[in-house]
Amino acid sequence: MSGWMGALFLRELRLSLRVGGGALIGVLFFLAVITVIPFGVGPDLNLLALIGPAVLWIGALLATLLGLDRLFQADRDDGSLDLMLMAGRPLEVLVLVKCLAHWVGTGLPLVLSAPVLSIFLNLEPLAIGAVALTLLVGTPALTLIGAIGAALTVSLRRGGLLLAVLVVPFSIPVLIFGVSASGAAVTEPTPFLTPFLLLAALTLISAVVGPVAAAMALRFSSD
Amino acid sequence: MTMRLVAENLSCERGGRRVFSDLALTLEAGRALAVTGPNGVGKSSLLRVLAGLVQPASGSIRIEDGDPELSAGEHCHYYGHLDALKPALSVLENLDFWTSFLAPGRTGARWQPMTPIEALEALGIDHAGDLPAAYLSAGQRRRLALARLLVVARPVWLLDEPTSALDAASEARLGELMSDHLAAGGIIVAATHQTMPLAEVGTLRLEAPA
Repeated sequence: MSGWMGALFLRELRLSLRVGGGALIGVLFFLAVITVIPFGVGPDLNLLALIGPAVLWIGALLATLLGLDRLFQADRDDGSLDLMLMAGRPLEVLVLVKCLAHWVGTGLPLVLSAPVLSIFLNLEPLAIGAVALTLLVGTPALTLIGAIGAALTVSLRRGGLLLAVLVVPFSIPVLIFGVSASGAAVTEPTPFLTPFLLLAALTLISAVVGPVAAAMALRFSSD
Repeated sequence: MTMRLVAENLSCERGGRRVFSDLALTLEAGRALAVTGPNGVGKSSLLRVLAGLVQPASGSIRIEDGDPELSAGEHCHYYGHLDALKPALSVLENLDFWTSFLAPGRTGARWQPMTPIEALEALGIDHAGDLPAAYLSAGQRRRLALARLLVVARPVWLLDEPTSALDAASEARLGELMSDHLAAGGIIVAATHQTMPLAEVGTLRLEAPA
């Protein structure tokens, strides 16, 4: 019974990679945010290395939020969402597959570009690895939590800002553990594994809560 | 026992306004119903309620002798004003997606779904298969949306203004496809201002409350 999931995943991925998709926009925004930081903070290399992981994480959070508002709204605008609601497929699984494809299309490019952008921030190799690893584990949580906001704001014109306001408070734990794990990898006494495992746990929890809550919101969105 | 679409005591409220109330209808397999009436009287709302997209304020909808695993809406194809097409995907990619994604409302020998290619041929847009859907004309977009009804077998067709943007030839083709669907034991409910190109059609006329 995985044929429909594969078809949905492939469709979402194609849409995000083709003209008008969000894959490239997220990376370009990420690049823009990270590039202006050294100009704003100044040429203090030690300071940049210190705040680097946090800056990369905040950049990734903002870039993720940027593409999320179209997650369900694009399908609502052209009538696809109606058909998805009456497709006879479990809506929770549908949301999970959409989130997965959205993350592969927009989140994974952020993770892959983070090591390159780390050079701008004077991160040492170990810190670069730690940031990339925590982003790899943590950004799916941002997409999954964001899906709840995207589902709640699906019927609103220009709901993107409201989405950001709704989602940011709930993504703070992800940010805290993502940054502290990346920081702990380079500062000696603090353990890396504890915040990293908590980050992984947050992703797993949001993989359950996100689709269920978003599906509930979508059922009520239809009118 | 033949399959029947039964709606009882249906009321619908939208935006705090009562659109229609205490509406009842029964449609047996092989029957078509044209819902007519002036603009804004609730034709589209009725179809969306039947599709399960809008919760009725009261009343119930059921499919007798259908698949007990599925809700009434999951027996239905909904062909609304929006075409549910992605401009960035090609015509075939659009149709292939809905073919794999939509669960068939019922399986059985009487419900023979077409392959996507056959459906495009039946609607005369097979030459455009590899074209991005963005380049289709309005009528071609409608025909591609219509192809969705042919590739996934579902017994009930809910059609909202099915002939809009279609030329005379496509309209006649649509009539043939609807007749075939009815002959196979399907049910059609269509909101329309035109006379339906079918031999036998029941009519439900909605009137604005006095």
